[in-house]
Amino acid sequence: MELPPKVKNILLLDSEGKRIAAKYYSGDWPTNTAKEAFEKAVFSKTQKTNARTEVEVTALENNIIVYKFVQDLHFFVTGGEEENELVLASLLLFDAVNLLLRGNADKREALDNLDLIFLCFDEIIDGGIVLETDANVIAEKAGINSIDPNAPLSEQTISQALATAREHLTRSLMK
Amino acid sequence: MAQPFVKKDDDHDDEMEYSPFMGIEKGAVLQEARVFNDAQVDPRRCSQVITKLLYLLNQGESFTKVEATEVFFSVTKLFQSKDTGLRRMVYLIIKELSPSSDEVIIVTSSLMKDMNSKIDMYRANAIRVLCRIIDGTLLTQIERYLKQAIVDKNPVVSSAALVSGLHLLRTNPEIVKRWSNEVQEGVQSRSALVQFHALALLHQIRQNDRLAVSKLVGSLTRGSVRSPLAQCLLIRYTSQVIRDMSNHGQSGERPFYEFLESCLRHKAEMVILEAARAITELDGVTSRELTPAITVLQLFLSSPKPVLRFAAVRTLNKVSMTHPMAVTNCNIDMESLISDQNRSIATLAITTLLKTGNESSVERLMKQITNFMSDIADEFKIVVVDAIRSLCVKFPLKYRSLMTFLSNILREEGGFEYKRAIVDSIVTIIRDIPDAKEGGLLHLCEFIEDCEFTYLSTQILHFLGIEGPKTSDPSKYIRYIYNRVHLENATVRAAAVSTLAKFGFMVESLKPRITVLLKRCIYDSDDEVRDRATLFLSVLGGDGTLDADKDSKEFLFGSLEAPLGNMETSLKNYDPSEEAFDINSVPKEVKSQPLAEKKAQGKKPTGLGAPPAAPASGFEGYERLLSSIPEFAAFGKLFKSSSPVELTEAETEYAVNVVKHIFDNHVVFQYNCTNTIPEQLLERVNVIVDASEAEEFSEVASKALNSLPYDSPGQAFVAFEKPAGVPAVGKFSNTLTFVVKEVDPSTGEAEDDGVEDEYQLEDLEVVSADYMVKVSVSNFRNAWESMNEEDEHVDEYGLGQRESLGEAIKAVIDLLGMQPCEGTETVPSNARSHTCLLSGVYIGNVKVLVRAQFGMDSSKEIAMKLAVRAEDVSVAEAIHEIVANG
Repeated sequence: MELPPKVKNILLLDSEGKRIAAKYYSGDWPTNTAKEAFEKAVFSKTQKTNARTEVEVTALENNIIVYKFVQDLHFFVTGGEEENELVLASLLLFDAVNLLLRGNADKREALDNLDLIFLCFDEIIDGGIVLETDANVIAEKAGINSIDPNAPLSEQTISQALATAREHLTRSLMK
Repeated sequence: MAQPFVKKDDDHDDEMEYSPFMGIEKGAVLQEARVFNDAQVDPRRCSQVITKLLYLLNQGESFTKVEATEVFFSVTKLFQSKDTGLRRMVYLIIKELSPSSDEVIIVTSSLMKDMNSKIDMYRANAIRVLCRIIDGTLLTQIERYLKQAIVDKNPVVSSAALVSGLHLLRTNPEIVKRWSNEVQEGVQSRSALVQFHALALLHQIRQNDRLAVSKLVGSLTRGSVRSPLAQCLLIRYTSQVIRDMSNHGQSGERPFYEFLESCLRHKAEMVILEAARAITELDGVTSRELTPAITVLQLFLSSPKPVLRFAAVRTLNKVSMTHPMAVTNCNIDMESLISDQNRSIATLAITTLLKTGNESSVERLMKQITNFMSDIADEFKIVVVDAIRSLCVKFPLKYRSLMTFLSNILREEGGFEYKRAIVDSIVTIIRDIPDAKEGGLLHLCEFIEDCEFTYLSTQILHFLGIEGPKTSDPSKYIRYIYNRVHLENATVRAAAVSTLAKFGFMVESLKPRITVLLKRCIYDSDDEVRDRATLFLSVLGGDGTLDADKDSKEFLFGSLEAPLGNMETSLKNYDPSEEAFDINSVPKEVKSQPLAEKKAQGKKPTGLGAPPAAPASGFEGYERLLSSIPEFAAFGKLFKSSSPVELTEAETEYAVNVVKHIFDNHVVFQYNCTNTIPEQLLERVNVIVDASEAEEFSEVASKALNSLPYDSPGQAFVAFEKPAGVPAVGKFSNTLTFVVKEVDPSTGEAEDDGVEDEYQLEDLEVVSADYMVKVSVSNFRNAWESMNEEDEHVDEYGLGQRESLGEAIKAVIDLLGMQPCEGTETVPSNARSHTCLLSGVYIGNVKVLVRAQFGMDSSKEIAMKLAVRAEDVSVAEAIHEIVANG
């Protein structure tokens, strides 16, 4: 008997239903065709709903799906019908992704930083089992600073310097 | 922060869809992957390439074995770089590539080095990767490190090891079980998630040791569990322990209920929900136990969060199936959910309300649903239609408004499944409520005037042919049916011709007119239609002698004696030859379906597709089966067949259940046997019945089963004689006797020599309820008053102490085997008195009505006043006798 909460998949689709990133943990959808069909069904079922302020929920093919839309990103988490929907809702990635993308979560940023999205997926669920739920911790773990911990600071890459600079700039502008 | 792969254009506002992966190609990326082999590793460049590879895999691209191996080998070279970001990507891609066991060896040393690294992130991830790809032998080598990692002071490392343990437990349980000391330590961890993972693993390790699980739960429910997730887990384990305990005969106060109840006051909503659900799912939950759970769910119903509202209404919906009364308090909150933005919530609210609503609220509810039907999807509409059907069966008096609703939605747009659900519902209502028949048939007639689904048209025409001629004015249906002959495709036309013929045959006054109509059909453009018309004309034109009448009746209305499945097999096996196919050679014995299928069937709507077409195990099916067996043919008309009673435990060698068939002077036991051992063939299967505890019964006949191969059910019968019309009761003990022959599973051939053996079955009882057929009346009051008041028998009984009124009422219903009317079998949760109305037909075809008034005093003593009216005074007395002896 499987008692710990189990996640069947997490999906990140764009505003046209195209897959940006997806991870499946159950054998319910063995082929890519089956996966795409599922994503299409989920997308068309939820497309017209308003999941921008609150997390929404629906049932599809004996699964419970919780979802939330941020800009043109559609986040989904799927679990079996006996699953606690509040547990599933706690696994929606948008908070962590938003943190990682420094508050500019949209499709373009997500694709530009797809490595971070993949790491985020990897940090939240391991083989269907919840690994971590705190968005801050996930963002911290996935948000690798790609420096050798033993290397001197001067070897930071230009882009990092730029990113830090940009962050400083936005902060000062926001004030 | 990782890098964009393409330099961003300065004008971001470009409307062109932008993607760094535009035009990406597997071949090109694999070429790029050669940079992994460069002597001087460029971490940024390599990370980008890995991301591209991951992107391809994620989009469903697959690598060939050679490609994957090549990428894997070059990726392993990247371990020499000290860049942490790159290392993370390396871990990811290794997991995605899932290398084969001979390849794994290349990375194990690198990963083991990382497992002992000073950097926490390396340790955690190396463990996760390694555990994903290694096999048992390698696992024993690193076991030491894993045990150490479980108690690592860094929670991320500890969680990684515990979660890996959960996965490994499936493949290498004996190794993981050795870690329970370390895991136990994890349960005490201060980190919320470590505690959660440790708890999950510890429970998995001990799950087969019931005592250990019970102790674990016992200690933790007192202690402090930190994270909401772990608390949810604990609630699940607790309900499992409660279930196990009640299975093992522990009685008295339910253990751990208090813990579940205290969780309803937890600060995390997910824990509250988990606890509320656990309480509603307790076996035999009482209304007192339910109340606090329902109260918190009711609060959730008005939450601004859709997920909470959904969770609450979904749970209440389930509760309403078993405890409709407990949910009624939430009805007002639920009615406001009918207009919820989220359609899943609205639909669940509607169906729950339909289950819990009482008779007076039906009309108001229907009005609300009508407003909402137009803007929901077909699949939701089907749910609503199904709920309305059961509502109509529950409150037959309300059939008028429900039927109007159904006929209105039938006229609106909709797909096939939806229309079929509506038609099925109307047909069910027509069957169950005689008063609804004429109106319902007319609705169906109007529907086929404009129906785009051939299947539905033909089914409805068939149904009209059976029911239409029995109505008060059959002629009014003719126009609708004949219109089909003009306007429809050949399939529907043919069905219409058959239906017309049935009217012509059944209603003498219509015969000449039907003949005229049929004559017009013989010029139809389609062969089948012409053939049918010609055939029916000759049947109708028969000379009216008794013999001819009987033949044509048989032809028109008779059903195929053999089950369709058997017919199909026989036809398939038939070799076209000189010898004609003999319909009598088709076996008539009904193969009872495997259990799984039966369950699935139980869910199917009982509408058009069901009873008339294939009564495989229904009353009609039994009737035909029994009359086809010469030994029992003389017993007369079958009065009642019970539902199957299991005589064996589930999963035993031989599965046997019995159906009790009651005749006026006889009782026939039908033993449905299934052999579940592939290596055995049973022959000469017989049931030896000892009726020493059933004095009024004497065995008159038995029919053994010649052969019972594996997984192919068969039936044996034993018949008893009993005094006519008397509801004799008794207890029978049964023994299955047979000859076992070994079967070679590879060839399927049985050995010649068999061994005699026997198998003890459970006892079987014939009880008073077996002599009562459940028959519902649409208006109990009218029926009650139409019976002679002087024949009423009233008496009072004390039923002793009971848990609740509902329990006492259920006991009385089960004892009498009668049909509860007008939903009076359900009791409001806090009621102290209740009246239950029952109806049925007693052996000898005597109609019986019962009005039972129940009252409960403060000490839960229950008293019952039972008023019985029957067409025969002696039967009313007999009912009282049953209650007095029960």
